[in-house]
Order: sequence, then structure tokens, then C-alpha cells
Amino acid sequence: MNAILIRDLRLAFRAGGGFGLGLGFFLILAVLVPLGVGPAPQVLAVIAPGILWVGALLACLLSLDRIFALDHEDGSLDLLATAPVPLEGVVAVKALAHWLVTGLPLVLAAPVLGVLLNLPAPAYGWLVLSLLLGTPALSVIGAFGAALTVGLKRGGLLMSLLVLPLYVPTLVFGAEVVTRGAAGLSIATPLALLAGITAGSAALLPFAAALALRINLR
Amino acid sequence: MTSPAKPASLWEYANPVRFMRLSDWLLPVTAVAAAVLTGIGLVWGFFFTPDDFRQGSTVKIVFLHVPAALMAINAWIMMLVASLIWLIRRHHVSALAAKAAAPVGAVMTVIALYTGAVWGQPIWGTWWVWDPRLTSFLILFLFYLGYIALWSAIEDADTAADLTAVLCLVGSVFALLSRYAAFFWTQGLHQGASLSLQPGTRMDWAYKAPLYIAMVGFGLIFVALLLAGTRAEIRARRMKALVARERMQG
Amino acid sequence: MMPDLGRYAVEVMAAYIGSLVMLAGLVGWVWWRTLRTRRALEEIEARARRR
Repeated sequence: MNAILIRDLRLAFRAGGGFGLGLGFFLILAVLVPLGVGPAPQVLAVIAPGILWVGALLACLLSLDRIFALDHEDGSLDLLATAPVPLEGVVAVKALAHWLVTGLPLVLAAPVLGVLLNLPAPAYGWLVLSLLLGTPALSVIGAFGAALTVGLKRGGLLMSLLVLPLYVPTLVFGAEVVTRGAAGLSIATPLALLAGITAGSAALLPFAAALALRINLR
Repeated sequence: MTSPAKPASLWEYANPVRFMRLSDWLLPVTAVAAAVLTGIGLVWGFFFTPDDFRQGSTVKIVFLHVPAALMAINAWIMMLVASLIWLIRRHHVSALAAKAAAPVGAVMTVIALYTGAVWGQPIWGTWWVWDPRLTSFLILFLFYLGYIALWSAIEDADTAADLTAVLCLVGSVFALLSRYAAFFWTQGLHQGASLSLQPGTRMDWAYKAPLYIAMVGFGLIFVALLLAGTRAEIRARRMKALVARERMQG
Repeated sequence: MMPDLGRYAVEVMAAYIGSLVMLAGLVGWVWWRTLRTRRALEEIEARARRR
């Protein structure tokens, strides 16, 4: 298990591994939005939580097809499927690797981009906390979507269509935490629900993803 | 060969041949019943219902909106059940029925959204609001789109059936979560369920009678289209098998 | 015969006509698929019998 994790991380950080692409996308989005909607600080302050969450979600989506596609192409996915480790565990570890490479940098970069978007001061802590709790769910749900479409030639666009609706609850509760935090309201309920979705996804979706992988590798 | 024995249980209809034989007569019956009941419900609703004192004649739209919304949700539930049956008992008819139900459910969702928008324009003063019910229907539509897209993207029929079934199960959970999230996210303009038993909001029988008839009619439309669609899918599947056999024989 | 729809006539008519068109489109599509698959299947089965 550890070996898979280390291998995936090493592959991601190698040249051409795609590390940083999601981060760059996130940055560009945070620059483009003010250019599109205008520089008025009070407008940006209102939409900043939503933009940051949508940006994190799309940046996450960009790199999802890497979770299984490369392993599928070179055949190592078949090896993993027949290996003595359970496939569910492999999926979970690969989702974790995806989160470490994509989700965690987004969490760390988000406050900086919050400055660009004039995010209200009290919201920064909640932004980081909500992303920290929510982005693992994005990776696990994405791993499920990637598992569904792993054998397809033009799977990328289809995967977005499949995965984005699944992201709705995470997005709603995540952005709600930040919005309420910015307004100084109680954030306990959306935060608990966000954590609940992440915990539930992390516990159950690896099984669905492994099932989908087995079907695809049949 | 003697004539086949009377089927011992519902599962026997999972056999494609038996399903075809059953639907041979069931399809025309449901199709006629669907046309008659929907016709009665809509004609009654359109021509012979009084105007509401607040909504005026727009109340007539309810006879399309509520049945379509009901079937939009029921079609997904039916797909969920059919997917489960396919995953557990491997009945091909079940998988094909789920596939055939998806476009019907998607169109029902669009009708519900469309009639809602047309109704909302004069009454709420806007075509669209991000109301939880409206939002969750839009999300339901996205789930239908993804499901249909996944079916059409995969060549191998059994793989497609398996993967879409898994997507349907996971999607159902997330569709429910999204609905909950939408209700959490915003307060709505949309009234509660029109047929709820809360005093004061109860509908008059002058509206209820045609509405119930239209609901049954839409339900039968769904069943008829489902039967017809499943028959087409079974034929398409058999065709594929025959073509493959021809190729094998050279 | 036509009921007086008052000032919401356009909306009510649009809702009914639009919905019926969508339903008709759906029925037409299923019908077309039925005819197409039936014809194609008959063709293939006839070919299979000839062999």
C-alpha cells in the first residue's frame, strides 16, 4: 500500500507528471474572475467563497483522469487488480495520492487567492478548514468517476459530465461554510455535513470504484 | 415442445422471450389506456376547471407540471430498482429497461422544468429562481444526462449495463444529498407538495380529480414507453448477437 | 368551446403546446426506434434462415 502511494507521488512529481497544473489553473481562474466581473471589492467579497470553491473543484477535476488512465495504458492496473492487496485499498490509496498532489496544494494556495478576490478577513480560517475537509471528498468521488470511464478513449469529457453532479453537495456545503464564516454566522451545521460527506465518500466510494474497475478490466 | 408452463413467479418475465410475449399484448393495452387517461385528464384540466382566485388560469398548468415532476422522480427510482436487480440477479431485461427509462425520465424532467418556468413567469415574475425544488430538478436532469451519456459511450453491452448500474446507485445517493443540500442552501418560493394534507392548502376536488387522472395517465405513458423502449433494446441486442454470429461463421 | 384563459392565455397555451410537443417527440423517437430495430432484426433473421 505504502509502495503504491510512494510510487504515485513520485510519478506525479516527476517531470511531466502534472503536479502544479491544477494549482496553475486555480490561480488563472482567480485572476480571470475579477477581470470578468469587474474590480469592485464589495462584489468580489460576496462571490469570493463560491469562486474559490468552484475553482478548487474544477482544478481537481482537471487531473482526475490521471488517477487510473496511465496505469491502465501500461497494464499496471491489471497487475494491481490481481495483486494480493484489495483493489478497494488500491483505489483509496490512489485517491489519497491524488489529494496530496492536487487537493492539498489547493488548500494551501486558497488563502493567497482569497486576497486577490478580497475575501473578508474572518472567512480565511473557514476557507482553509472547509477546503481541508471537502477536497478529500472531491478526490474520492473523482476516483470513482475515473474508474467508471477508465477504458474509454474519450473519457475525459464524459467523466466531467458524470463527476460534476456528484460534486454538488460538497460544493454547496463547502461554499456555505465560507459564506457563513465571512458573515460571522454559525457554521457548525454545514461544516458537520461537509465532514460527513467526506467521511461517507471515503468509506464507501472506494468499494464502488473498485467494482467499476473490476468491470472495466474484465 | 409443449406450450411453456404458466410462469411461476414474476422473475420469469426477466427472460427476454417471455418479456416480448407479455409485452406483445401489454404494450398496446397500456398505450391505449395512457392515451385515454392522459387525454381525459388534460382535456378536463384545460377546458373544464375553474380559474384559481389567485393564479387565474395558470392553475391549469398544474395538470402537466405535477404529473411530469412525479414521473421524473419515479423514472429514476425505477432505474435504481432495475439497476439493483441487474447487479444482483443478472436479468438482462432489467438492465435494458433501466436504459430505456432514462430518456423518458429526462424528458419528464424537462417538461416539469419547462411548465414550471412558464408558470413562474407570470406568478413569481421570473422564469427561473434558484429555489431548492427547481435546483434539485435541474441536478436530477444532469444525472439523467450523465447516465445516458455513459450508456452511449461504452461499446460492450454488459459492461455498459454494469457501469451504468453502479453509476445509478451512487448517483441516487448523491441526488438525494444534493436535494438536501439545495434545501439547506436556500429558502424557496415553491409551494409545498400540492396534494399534502395540511389544512388550508388542500386542493379542491375540482382540481384534484383531473390531476389524479393525469397522474395515472402520465404513469401509463411512462410504462408504455418503457415497454416499447425495452422491446427495442432487446431487439437491438439480439441483432448484435446475430450479426456477431454471422461474422463468426464468415 | 375554447375556455377564457384571461390574461394568462399565452402562458397556459405555451405550457400545454410545449409539453405536448415534447411528449410527442419522445413518443415519436421511441416509435422510430421500434420500427427501425424491428425492420433491421427481421432482415437479419431472414438472412440467418437462408443460410
